[in-house]
Amino acid sequence: MKGHVWRPLYVVIGIVVLLLLFRFFYVPDDFGIQDQGFTFGFHRLSNEQEWKDFPAKYKGTEYCNECHDDKVASISSSQHEMIPCEDCHGPARNHPEDPEKLVVNRSRELCIRCHSKLFMPSSGRNDIPGIDPNTHNTGMECSECHNPHNPSLEDM
Amino acid sequence: MKRRDFLKNTAVFITGASVSLSALELVDPKEVLASRPDLRWGFLVDTYKCVGCGMCVKACKLENDIPYDANVTRTWVERYVIMKSGEVVKDSPKGARDGFTSKLVDQGESGPRLLRDKEIAQGFFVPKLCNHCTLPACVQVCPVGATYSTADGVVLVDRKWCIGCGYCIMGCPYGVRFFHPVVHTADKCTFCYHRITKGGNTACAQACPFGARRIGNLRDPNDPVAKEVLNGRVGILRDEYGTKPNVYYIGLNKEVH
Repeated sequence: MKGHVWRPLYVVIGIVVLLLLFRFFYVPDDFGIQDQGFTFGFHRLSNEQEWKDFPAKYKGTEYCNECHDDKVASISSSQHEMIPCEDCHGPARNHPEDPEKLVVNRSRELCIRCHSKLFMPSSGRNDIPGIDPNTHNTGMECSECHNPHNPSLEDM
Repeated sequence: MKRRDFLKNTAVFITGASVSLSALELVDPKEVLASRPDLRWGFLVDTYKCVGCGMCVKACKLENDIPYDANVTRTWVERYVIMKSGEVVKDSPKGARDGFTSKLVDQGESGPRLLRDKEIAQGFFVPKLCNHCTLPACVQVCPVGATYSTADGVVLVDRKWCIGCGYCIMGCPYGVRFFHPVVHTADKCTFCYHRITKGGNTACAQACPFGARRIGNLRDPNDPVAKEVLNGRVGILRDEYGTKPNVYYIGLNKEVH
């Protein structure tokens, strides 16, 4: 073939070689089709481990119970027994080291998430004792009258 | 045809056919799934139990470092109100991060709307999250292998590999994907992979006081979630897309999609 054919061909071959070299150094060894093939399994295998190593913030009521068993026992015997500690106290993270003290959410907004009366037939919301937050002791925190660990006023 | 040509063509045909057949075998996901019968994560949502408190949405945001005030969530709760007239009214203010506390239903540009109790026929809440489909459209369209399906059926996004092209966000028929405003890649629910692989529960299921959300192993016949999915009357969202979701709903209406 003539030179005018070879010259651009050399350029193309050079680009391909450069791309293959770049790919060789850039693409990690564990990147491949894995065991589910190109359609669904094409990925970097070590990324699964990276997601497994993501730090958890919520620890669960059992974790709280290790030190605060009296508090867990008190709420367990009330109507609020199904509420996990961290819903009101925030994620435990590495408490008691970090943070040393958890901030308790005593806000009215937290309580009315469940206790604002909404007419919702075919939902459990209808079975929860509810108030109208616009008329029920406005401006006060619910915890001024109701103990969150023992919310029924009759039992206090 | 000459004998030489016949032999040559036969050899080429057999070589080609054997290569394509073996390639088909390699990429058949059903076969691979059948050979791993031990674990497949599935999620069960009970819409009767959900009260719309939104604690799941809050917990998910805090657990997974999703910017709290940004208008993005990995999971959200929708309020559906079906009127006696047949009209369907729904909303999900801030993805229900702060729960449903008002009778006013957010109707976007037309403003909040007050529905009279006696006109309401049905009212319920529907939590939504990534369906971790068996045949995920988002994985199929990802050009770089950043979105993928693990062997145990969880769809994840490789943040180091994602180029932010947004195909997966457009490809998902459920609209569960978004751009993470901090890490600048596509993002979605991971079924709390860091928790479930250590024997834990997802943050949203743990935060739910009413047991409306549960995760389990669909391949374990003794798993309570698997039992409910296999024997109970459950529904999935948008069956017509053929993505075979692994999030199942108890009490799903036709109005929900």
